[in-house]
Amino acid sequence: MRLRSTSRNGATRLSTVSLAALCVFALSACGARVDAGGAPSASAESCVDTSGDTVKIGFLNSLSGTMAISEQTVHDALELAAEEINADGGVLGKQLEIVSEDGQSEPTVFAEKAGKLITSDCVAAVFGGWTSASRKAMLPVFEAQDSLLFYPVQYEGLESSPNIFYTGATTNQQIVPALDYLVEQGTKSLFLVGSDYVFPRTANKIINAYAEAHDIEIVGEEYAPLGHTDFSTIVNKVKSADADAVFNTLNGDSNVAFFKEYNNAGMSADDMPVVSVSIAEEEVGGIGVENIEGQLTAWNYYQTVDSPENTAFVEAFKAEYGEDRPTSDPMEAAYTSLYLWKEMVEKAGSFAVDDVTAAADGATYDAPEGKVVVNGDNHHIAKTALIGKIGADGLIHTEWSSEEPIEPDPYLEGYDWADGLS
Amino acid sequence: MTVLTALLRPGRARTLAAFALAAALLLLAPAVLSPFRLDLLAKFLCLAMVAVGIGLAWGRGGLLTLGQGVYFGLGAYLMAMHLKLADAGPGGVPDFMLLYGTGQVPGWWEPLRSPVSAILLVLLVPAALAALLGWAVFTRRVRGAYFAILSQALAAAFAILLIGQQQTTGGTNGLNGFRAFFGYDLADPVNKQMLYLIAAGVLLVMVAVVRWLTVSRFGELLVAVRDQEDRVRFLGYDPALVKVVAYVVAAVMAAVGGALFVPIAGIISPADVGVVPSIGFLIGVAIGGRATLLGPVLGSIAVSWAQTSISEQFPSGWIYFQGALFILVIAFLPGGLASVAGKLRRRRAAAPPGEAAPGDAAPDAGPGPELVPERSPA
Repeated sequence: MRLRSTSRNGATRLSTVSLAALCVFALSACGARVDAGGAPSASAESCVDTSGDTVKIGFLNSLSGTMAISEQTVHDALELAAEEINADGGVLGKQLEIVSEDGQSEPTVFAEKAGKLITSDCVAAVFGGWTSASRKAMLPVFEAQDSLLFYPVQYEGLESSPNIFYTGATTNQQIVPALDYLVEQGTKSLFLVGSDYVFPRTANKIINAYAEAHDIEIVGEEYAPLGHTDFSTIVNKVKSADADAVFNTLNGDSNVAFFKEYNNAGMSADDMPVVSVSIAEEEVGGIGVENIEGQLTAWNYYQTVDSPENTAFVEAFKAEYGEDRPTSDPMEAAYTSLYLWKEMVEKAGSFAVDDVTAAADGATYDAPEGKVVVNGDNHHIAKTALIGKIGADGLIHTEWSSEEPIEPDPYLEGYDWADGLS
Repeated sequence: MTVLTALLRPGRARTLAAFALAAALLLLAPAVLSPFRLDLLAKFLCLAMVAVGIGLAWGRGGLLTLGQGVYFGLGAYLMAMHLKLADAGPGGVPDFMLLYGTGQVPGWWEPLRSPVSAILLVLLVPAALAALLGWAVFTRRVRGAYFAILSQALAAAFAILLIGQQQTTGGTNGLNGFRAFFGYDLADPVNKQMLYLIAAGVLLVMVAVVRWLTVSRFGELLVAVRDQEDRVRFLGYDPALVKVVAYVVAAVMAAVGGALFVPIAGIISPADVGVVPSIGFLIGVAIGGRATLLGPVLGSIAVSWAQTSISEQFPSGWIYFQGALFILVIAFLPGGLASVAGKLRRRRAAAPPGEAAPGDAAPDAGPGPELVPERSPA
């Protein structure tokens, strides 16, 4: 039996059609070319409409996917700030109209939705992002469209875009003070544990440089894939290395497994304290207070910060979302970012991106964490570093403070030991 | 309904008409859509290219490949590496390597500096990998669920490998921030439109290629291998070779989709190439109708479009909708939405069951009788 080929003619005709289609494409005009190494081309005209009684702003957080559990809290804090500002008369007399988009915990979606918010919804500014990957994905979009992003999470530094305002800590406001604190406590050796992505790897690069200059021995450096939950090997290595302290840059669920394993292995905050930079009030509940009590964290805000601004913020948040909801550093930074934008816009008397950035330098706001000031050069804000201890009540209590707000230095230019880093 | 029937029934004249209609719609889109929506559509077309390949390998050949993200990713990363090097200029170092790496371009990046070799590598590397892997797997007669699991593990391994090599692949950040595509400024809307047209043209060519392969002797062999591999072997053909060819074609299509995705979306990261996106590709194909010519394309575009528009209306609600749709299609329309037309037609014709083609009996085949190649009268 031979198999018979069918409809050769159809196939030939199809090829002809496709060829014809291709010719049309070839004829279509081509746009501007760039010279290699040349400057990026002029950016698109803004379509922000400020003629009515309202002005649109965009919130871009992951409301689905692995990051949703963290980013939802930031989203809630942003909503609260917007409600308060609207109740107080809006910005330049205009009510804020919020367009929410879901970043779906994927960098590509963040880039797509950022483009949508800027070019389709014509928002005056966008607030959100959490992971470094999401910020890196959005950065070229905001630069190409010349729009504004307010990013509310502590990050690995080494970045400063004219179109992004960073309201979370950079490394010299969180990691470096934490190391200073450990040195003060007499720490001579450190074990580094982190999730395998950009923030921990960059943070550990910085910690290694710091350790070399300060006579601290790094006795181990281990990475676990994001979402990894089997920590027996790593905890065994930590135990046998017997460092003075552990520096933890693990993210998300991995912390639960890590601290459970850490306790099971018979270690505690007394004999080998763990300093974490990604565990806030929200995460303490998930890990279980009994697993993590007494361990240290480094942030710029805790729910326990004692100030009238913070009392008002915590009360308003609990009234809106429930008594059991804690407030945390990224939430506070997000809340603050909206107020800072308001300050800048009102200082500039305009919603235009150029006017707002021109007015940014020195814009201040009495935030729940204390007074914050925007640095117009690198678009970060001056923040006070706080080392906290996790209490039995599930809250974090300030153990040590830098007293003064620390000027942001994303490229660590003011630190001799960091010369080779950027 | 008549339009749908015409679109989906693979009769010659109708296929041609459907193809012409699709081409006309794609050419009209730039006039109707805003630059942002056109960009989105271009992105969806790139994902649809992967679906076309899956349609051939899975729908026709029965190769349930859960790892097309690997080939999509290879094409995308190779193109992204070229764009990064081109942006950095001759002898330059991509920005992220200065930040996270050694400040030196690793040797294995260098071949991608030249545009010509970059394009060749986009085609050849995935083809070579697919050929090698396919040959190793299919000659050992690994099939069904075992092949599916193997291909999925490959996707997971690929994503983990990319994440671990932050100095040279950008890690979880992936590669982004491209300024130009072969010298054309990516910020210029005219160039964006050009990219869309290129994507549309390439997709149409791919559909034509699959159609050509399907009606050829190879296509008949492929379906025969899917339904009765042993019989094909007894007839003196080598089923492994047939499968390898289908797998390689699917891989190259995925790679080309990936390569075009990069300048259009402006980013590629491990999140776009791992297990989840690999399964995502499959969902579009299954919903559209895996064994039809246009089903995978339409299904893929429809699912992408729905994902974007539903998530715009109901942020966070999209994922439930996708799940529900997938369950509904699997439960009630195993042949995909494209099989609706065939079912209706058959019901109207009320043909006696004895006339149903033998393909219907195959338990995992799913496709309607119209998909089984005509048999010669011996």
